[in-house]
Amino acid sequence: MSAPTTQQVEPRTPRRTLRGRPELYTDYAKDQALLNTPAKRFWTGLLLLAALVLPWMPFATRAWIGNLTVVLIYAIGGIGLNLVTGFAGQVSLGHAFFVGVGAFSAAFLGGSPGRAAGGLELEMWVWLPLSGLIAMVIGLAVAPLAARVRGLYLAILTLGLVFLGEHIFREWEFITGGFIGRSAPDPIVGGFNLYQRQEIFGVDVTREAIYYTFCLVILVVMALLARNLARSGSGRAFAAVRDRDIAAEVMGVPLLRTKVVAFGVSSFYAGVCGALLTIPFGQITPENFGGLAGLLLSVEFLAVILIGGVATISGSIIGAAFVVLLPRVVEIASQYIPFVGGQGSGAFLTVFQVNGILFGALIVAFLVLEPRGLFGLWLRVRNYWKAWPFSY
Amino acid sequence: MVMIRPLSEALTDTSVDLPEGKPLLEITDLALRFGGTRAIDGVSFDVKNGELFSIIGPNGAGKTSIFNVLSGVYRPQAGSVRFLDRSLLGMRPDAIAKLGISRMFQNIELFDNLTVLDNLMLGRHQHLDYGMLSGMAWVGKAKRIELTNRRIVEDIIDFLEIEAHRKFPVGMLPYGIKKRVELGRALAMEPKLLLLDEPVAGMNVEETEDMARFILDIRAELDLTMIMVEHDMGLVMDLADRVMVLDFGKRISLGEPEEVQNDPAVIAAYLGEGDEGPTLEDEIAESKGGQDVEEAAT
Repeated sequence: MSAPTTQQVEPRTPRRTLRGRPELYTDYAKDQALLNTPAKRFWTGLLLLAALVLPWMPFATRAWIGNLTVVLIYAIGGIGLNLVTGFAGQVSLGHAFFVGVGAFSAAFLGGSPGRAAGGLELEMWVWLPLSGLIAMVIGLAVAPLAARVRGLYLAILTLGLVFLGEHIFREWEFITGGFIGRSAPDPIVGGFNLYQRQEIFGVDVTREAIYYTFCLVILVVMALLARNLARSGSGRAFAAVRDRDIAAEVMGVPLLRTKVVAFGVSSFYAGVCGALLTIPFGQITPENFGGLAGLLLSVEFLAVILIGGVATISGSIIGAAFVVLLPRVVEIASQYIPFVGGQGSGAFLTVFQVNGILFGALIVAFLVLEPRGLFGLWLRVRNYWKAWPFSY
Repeated sequence: MVMIRPLSEALTDTSVDLPEGKPLLEITDLALRFGGTRAIDGVSFDVKNGELFSIIGPNGAGKTSIFNVLSGVYRPQAGSVRFLDRSLLGMRPDAIAKLGISRMFQNIELFDNLTVLDNLMLGRHQHLDYGMLSGMAWVGKAKRIELTNRRIVEDIIDFLEIEAHRKFPVGMLPYGIKKRVELGRALAMEPKLLLLDEPVAGMNVEETEDMARFILDIRAELDLTMIMVEHDMGLVMDLADRVMVLDFGKRISLGEPEEVQNDPAVIAAYLGEGDEGPTLEDEIAESKGGQDVEEAAT
């Protein structure tokens, strides 16, 4: 037997070399990819995974999954508003109107006929996209008017939509059920009810978990579409119109068409948001979307994009989480704060009032301190660690 | 690996085949009034194919107004503007852009929140012939067209030597670089007529020479017709084939640089009547800082 040969010691290849140089781009496609760094790929993947498994965690109560579902739906509406206000620079206070149009369209198309209201009892795969399309058509009809004014005048014009909407939602009983509203449609896809306790592969699944997962899928798809829109020619045209409209026109960007398209896409997102919202709401009334409540909802969506980050898609999602979950957090915290109590508890401040104060203060604080919103804060943190230990 | 190409291979559609003696742009009896002010008052001129035509004149003479008429921002009251045998009057700015006229602005009009890359890609906007839905899906056609145009934009970035600033929002860039980005954005449109509105305004000698070099290179590589409005007399006299002088909206002289320099009407417009004070030649010599711009550029 031969003596054991001495093992040739290979110099260890540095891990960096094994991985290649992931941030060295050798073609433009890699540079333009949405997830163009390993860190982005890793964290996006992890976040998606976390969002998917969340409803299966033992601590996830049905109420909390319901709240998170509303976050996902608000994020879709927020992305819509961000497209028209953040990217194309057209301030809209009428977003709630389009959300309302989507909600009532869904209720009419998917709901069953009631006392005064009609209903087509369609399946969800029909009524969901159709609600978006109906909102989009109305958006396209209003847009040529809206595209003629800008700034404050545009804000007031779109605000008018909300009050116009209240009237229509109340009076058109056949569609909206009138003053008392109507109940939500059943979210049935191919005979499968997405908002009903089901047994899937022998596992008992709550209706909240099913609907949450469905909304998550819709949000991911719509966010991806919006992100692609933002980086394609149309998205750049939006930004050009926002930054310098005359120069944009001289560069070959048709002004009116670009603004109309921005309103149209935004209304589609709002319509889908409204249609999805009907399910967690259960009963939808004109009070939800018209008049002062509608104005409040519009302002809530503005808060979503201001707090989350203007002209960013991921910002819209963070902003939605913030705006929807903040009141719930305040509600829980109020048990531990002495002079804050629930409605009618006789406390110095009610939870509702604290919410109002916090919202106002946060919007002012973000506008003054970090106009890029939570996304801007994240950028600061990221750039700090990128340059660490140097300050820049 | 992607190789950088010379500009002439990236932008192939900038020169026009016209019969000898046929002008690219014809302007006759153009009149533009704002209330009682006659900004342009019966101006006629034509620009030959491949020429570098320069418009000079004191402040408020109507130079930029002519550019605004050409790009469709202002609507003139009278006269005709014909480009490639088509009347431009009444056309919207974006339609004129599609015909092949691009411009640089006097006061920088870049899209401040967008990166240099996105600004240049906006120059390519009219060449992106894919629909919005295709862009949202970002597969096939849209992706392919984006990448082809990205490559063209990269060639322009290489030509203008702004590689280092590629991914910065233009709002953060220094003035001289912004001017270059603006030239790049106008070039990216792949125009047949390029309007340069004071390309070296506010620049120091080095930056002026860089800009002169770019303008000469663009001429040499692309055979592109240009109209330049500029106050830097040294640059105008060195680069331009022909010069038109405006004063209070009226054309007071038109011809080769030497003719214009010695035209008594021009001297009177710039320096007033009488023979005291510096002459136009002195002003030219001063602006050149003692050296020939064209010489420095080569």
